Amino acid sequence: MKQVIQVTINGKPRQDEVEPRLLLVHYLRDVVGLTGTHIGCETSICGACTVLLNGVAVKSCTILTVQANNGEVVTIEGLATDGKLHPVQEGFWERHGLQCGFCTPGMIMAGVQILQRNPNPTEEQIREGLEGNLCRCTGYQHIVEAIQYAAQKMRT
Amino acid sequence: MATKLIGERIKRKEDPRLITGTASYVDDIKLPNIHHVAFLRSIYGHAKINKIDVSEARKLPGVVAVLTHDDIKGVLKPMPCVGGVPDMHLPEHYPLSGGKVRFVGEAIAAVVANDRYVARDALDLINVDYEPLPVVVDMEKALEKGAPLLYEEYGENRGFTWKISGGDIDKAFQEADRIVKLRLVNQRVAPIPLETRAVLAQYQDRGVEGELTVWTSTQIPHGIRTSIASMLNLPEHRVRVIAPEVGGGFGCKVDFYGEEVLIPYLAMKLKVPVKWVEGRRENIQATDHGRDQINYIEAAVKNDGTVVGLRVKVLADMGAYYQLLSPAIPTLTGLMMCGPYKIPNVSMEVLGVFTNKMTTDAYRGAGRPEATYLLERTMDAIAAELNLDPVEVRMKNFIQPQEFPYKTATGLVYDSGNYQAALQKALDHVGYKKLREEQKKLREQGQYMGIGISSYVEICAFGPSAATATGGWESATVRIEPTGKVTVLTGSSPHGQGQETTFAQIVADGLGLTMEDVTVQHGDTAVVQYGIGTFGSRATAVGGTAVYLALQKVKEKASKFAAHMLKVDPKGLVFKDGKIFPENNPEKSVTLTEVGLAAYLAKDLPPDTEPGLVATAFYEPKNFTYPFGTHIAVVDIDPETGQIKFRRYVAVDDCGNIINMLTVHGQVHGGIAQGLGQALYEEIVYDENGQLLTGSFMDYCIPKAHHLPKFELDYTVTPTDVNPLGAKGVGEAGTIGSTPAIVNAVVDALAHLGVRNIDMPLKPEKIWKAIRDHAKK
Ligand code: FES
Ligand code: FES
Repeated sequence: MKQVIQVTINGKPRQDEVEPRLLLVHYLRDVVGLTGTHIGCETSICGACTVLLNGVAVKSCTILTVQANNGEVVTIEGLATDGKLHPVQEGFWERHGLQCGFCTPGMIMAGVQILQRNPNPTEEQIREGLEGNLCRCTGYQHIVEAIQYAAQKMRT
Repeated sequence: MATKLIGERIKRKEDPRLITGTASYVDDIKLPNIHHVAFLRSIYGHAKINKIDVSEARKLPGVVAVLTHDDIKGVLKPMPCVGGVPDMHLPEHYPLSGGKVRFVGEAIAAVVANDRYVARDALDLINVDYEPLPVVVDMEKALEKGAPLLYEEYGENRGFTWKISGGDIDKAFQEADRIVKLRLVNQRVAPIPLETRAVLAQYQDRGVEGELTVWTSTQIPHGIRTSIASMLNLPEHRVRVIAPEVGGGFGCKVDFYGEEVLIPYLAMKLKVPVKWVEGRRENIQATDHGRDQINYIEAAVKNDGTVVGLRVKVLADMGAYYQLLSPAIPTLTGLMMCGPYKIPNVSMEVLGVFTNKMTTDAYRGAGRPEATYLLERTMDAIAAELNLDPVEVRMKNFIQPQEFPYKTATGLVYDSGNYQAALQKALDHVGYKKLREEQKKLREQGQYMGIGISSYVEICAFGPSAATATGGWESATVRIEPTGKVTVLTGSSPHGQGQETTFAQIVADGLGLTMEDVTVQHGDTAVVQYGIGTFGSRATAVGGTAVYLALQKVKEKASKFAAHMLKVDPKGLVFKDGKIFPENNPEKSVTLTEVGLAAYLAKDLPPDTEPGLVATAFYEPKNFTYPFGTHIAVVDIDPETGQIKFRRYVAVDDCGNIINMLTVHGQVHGGIAQGLGQALYEEIVYDENGQLLTGSFMDYCIPKAHHLPKFELDYTVTPTDVNPLGAKGVGEAGTIGSTPAIVNAVVDALAHLGVRNIDMPLKPEKIWKAIRDHAKK
């Protein structure tokens, strides 16, 4: 029953044998051991499990691992390069964009996607771009400011 | 002493691990051979269980155990409830129910398997023979004669009656010019931390004295340790509880849940590590709900707006059982029923009612949002009745700044306050006068704009031990190490509040160190010996004070060492830039590192001094603290759709002295978001059969980014003298202030149509209906 898949995760290729029903988020967390991607609902609403699959932000709780075969996944652990935080990560730290931090990896991935699509978003556009992500702690204002901070930083 | 770190906006120390995905929540912890638990939960709101057949489930490969009530009866004690009130019915409540189930989501069987998918598969193989019973979900109906009974033996669904009063309420009503009456529903909502609950347990046998280690997502690790030990009959020193990263709590993780004892029990019994991670559906079904009160209010008022008496009857929905603190929550509504006002005569009667729903317990603010909601809606109703401005009614009734400490009719002593100043500041911010004029004009043009005010005072910094269910002190240890670096241990185990930063600020400030020199540890009962936890906005005011007191002790000892080394008087030494020196002689100094090393090498001790440089303090607060403020919401309503648009949201809070402006802002933002959620969107709904209609994020709406306005925050600062930091606490303020402000704004927008009340959540449809119904008249 098990299937062999090949995926590149945070730049490193690997091969695994997985059950066809294994969700990508469980694969990342339990098989690969990258627990930065969180599970908040398992129903694709909260966005805690957001990762980039082939450059597109997806909810890894509603994708089967086998669907990522031959794909490229970037998780929160792979965002910083050479020990240097990604501007969106930096923005979250600078602007107090997190409290309990549980939604944060997903939020950051969503923020990365928002800025990839539009390097100069308005506040309104950022709020809309966060449509698929829930945060119960922050009231979002600092998250919006964190993404604005990153936008500014990435433009200059 | 002038300080440089306290009061600043300091970036959080805890953030680097959280933004890089390297932090560990319970589900992130890996142990060899972990087994997973899944729970079978009742699909009926009320039913007799004739039989549970688990034989097929047991046969599924990978399943190692299936447990039901019969397996734990006589082995585990019933779940504790420490928030009791006199003369209450106290039902027995087990982690797995047998015989009868009383709400949808009640756990009846636990499966343990070597894989989480297999554990869930096995649930489908369990056969339960249910005999459905009549259901009651409505509190008012539950109290009627002939209602279905949750507990036949009590002969009623009333769990308790609790009363509080002060002054002479009958006389007040005789002397009043008018009586203003209101019935308000404070609907049932769910705390919904983004991290659901999770428990992992491991038992290390070690021959004779085994040690049980339990990782759980909790706000109160030490309380959980005591509870587990007592339920499993283990000595407490053989139980270690760890709350690693906790992904939000909002009060629902102040509880002790059945899963928190069952998972450890299974780990001991099966001799493998056992983990359970709550699913979101389970979380909405079986983690504490909050609020759920009906308030019948009568206010005795004079024609000038003075409130002379307030009589309130409260129905408080307990759900099917009591959790740890359930009955105590509505008593806080009673204690706080005077709010910021001088109401000399009050009486409140609270009826705790059993219904076929999940239990209610603490949710952010716990009891005070309900009190503020009923009071602030009443203030607006009084204003409408007497044709006065809502500001005028509030100003008329406020306790005056010079009257503090002030004893309320319910017997509390408010420490300090200046309610007028906070209201005035908020009015100035939004430009109140102008807005009212604009509102008049808009009304003439058929447009609906509303301004909602809510002035609150809340009870926090829980609190003097005599007045709390579990002890209200907090402990802290400050340890200067041989390197001169400092470790702080705190019993205030946080779940997102940022104590690692704020407590480091306090200590770095006091020792003249940098933020990097200080690290704060928490949440592990093997590291932090004792503590109470984080809830009731107590972290800074109580936990922070314990840190501050331990700091003073350790400074005194460090001064002794420094004085001995410098051959000077230990009195009045200055700690600055990593050095210690006499105030008038900065040249003559030793570094904290040298002092640290000397204290541990102990070759040349000052007279009568022990080696080492550690101090612990247990701080017992002499009173609660009473933060306050005013929130103002300004909304436009679309008459065609009932849709609300925020124009402004202004909050002026007073939490006494502020340690970190950044985290205080964050707390207020998050608090407002939750209060706003209750006002506009959130609602737990059961149908009349007890089915939960809002059991997922599809139908339980927590606000998203685009639902929320930009918050404009400001502060007034009225320090408390209850603790040396002068800090009052701010974690719940936003939630308490926002809900009535928003509802008042919406009702105000429709006031000219004759609308006097709409019950929450104010969904567009409800608002649209109110407009339609009143426009018809
Ligand atoms: S866990 Fe995937 S969206 Fe919530
Ligand atoms: S920071 Fe806690 S859920 Fe967003």
